[in-house]
Amino acid sequence: MITINNVRKKFGNLEVLKGINLNVKRGEVVCVIGSSGSGKSTLLRCMNTLESVTSGTIHIDGKPLDDQTTKDIGMVFQRFNLFAHLTVLENIMLAPMVVKGESKDKLKENAMKLLRKVGLEQKADAYPNQLSGGQQQRVAIARALAMQPKIMLFDEPTSSLDPELVGEVLEVMKALAEEGMTMLIATHEMEFAREVSDRVIFLDGGIIVEDGTPEEIFENPKHERTKVFLNRMRKSG
Amino acid sequence: MDDQILRLVGILIDSFIPLLKAGLMFTVPLALISFALGLTLAFLTALARISSSKVLQSISRFYVWLIRGTPLLVQLFIIFYGLPAVGVTLSAFPSAVIGFTLNVGAYNSETIRAAIQSIDKGQWEASKALGLTRGKALRYVVLPQALRVAIPPLSNSFIGLVKDTSLAAAITVTEMFQVAQQITARTYEPLLLYTEAAFIYLIFCSVLTHLQGKLEVYSSRHLTS
Repeated sequence: MITINNVRKKFGNLEVLKGINLNVKRGEVVCVIGSSGSGKSTLLRCMNTLESVTSGTIHIDGKPLDDQTTKDIGMVFQRFNLFAHLTVLENIMLAPMVVKGESKDKLKENAMKLLRKVGLEQKADAYPNQLSGGQQQRVAIARALAMQPKIMLFDEPTSSLDPELVGEVLEVMKALAEEGMTMLIATHEMEFAREVSDRVIFLDGGIIVEDGTPEEIFENPKHERTKVFLNRMRKSG
Repeated sequence: MDDQILRLVGILIDSFIPLLKAGLMFTVPLALISFALGLTLAFLTALARISSSKVLQSISRFYVWLIRGTPLLVQLFIIFYGLPAVGVTLSAFPSAVIGFTLNVGAYNSETIRAAIQSIDKGQWEASKALGLTRGKALRYVVLPQALRVAIPPLSNSFIGLVKDTSLAAAITVTEMFQVAQQITARTYEPLLLYTEAAFIYLIFCSVLTHLQGKLEVYSSRHLTS
């Protein structure tokens, strides 16, 4: 479904991605792990054209990435990025309304359905700053789902949350994974990665060092760099 | 002594209606029209300034530089008294509208640019990730939030403009200050007439300040928890 072929990304002289090759199948849940600065976010941002690649190609269902194919990709950000001036309901309805031109009544029904899914239907008329971080991120997930994406990208979705709020967001993501959504998740939540993903990718210094099942990566890492990273995570976790 | 007081009160009462009328028929429309046109110009100038086109950026910067660097009164004189020399003859009111519009446009383009740029980059990115074009992101996401930031400085500018319209008296527009001058010439009571005019300006600006407060509350409704 997603085919990434030898993608490189340079910011000035700094090469952040040094030739990434990756295939993701439909319905697959892939967690991307690695230390800060390893290129996890950049890789996800390239897949949504928030960054342009320096070289290499990305295809979605065989079609090159453009304004049309990116419509199939939803994204959830570390900092939520909810529209601060709109209510929760309006946040979810805005894109389908102005991009697809769908009718308001139908949208509202669908938006409420999505809010129930993330457990926030009672917050429909609240503004983002009235919500906790965890609630905001769940709204952000509902907002992305409103465009009916085939692929969801999560850019460190729990990294700016207080520890006690991480669980509620991961629950929503887990439910989404169980429904068969194709997901790419950059994360520091090792337990979650182990439990939910079909595949784990360890990114270090802009290259994929290791790519395998959660068991392979967590129980039996082949590369020294993977071992070092996992040890460090265990100590800090 | 009593006669003198009675005479002054008489002048005060007789002049109030003509002054107020001049204020409502010229000062207020001059300010409203110039501000509406000026804001449009300011918005376009701000967009040009943040566009990726070097040419548009230069035009925008040149215009702001030119207008901000020259006195408003001199600009009004050039438009009304100067332009006829090259065959462009405008009557007083349109000349004033043009002068004020150019000023509102130049000063407020910077306000609007700063307000747009103050909005977090994440709002643009979230819009793009949801499939909104740059134009739609600007219209539905960024501008509504930027406007809240811009309301206080824009209100400042509008209140300043209401008072600056008195400069139009110098190019024969019969706005409030011009009428005060005319009545003064007849009655020889400059202190009384100019204070009275100042008082009416103060009332106009107080109304505007009140409206600004309401607008700020309305535009910040999403911030009250």
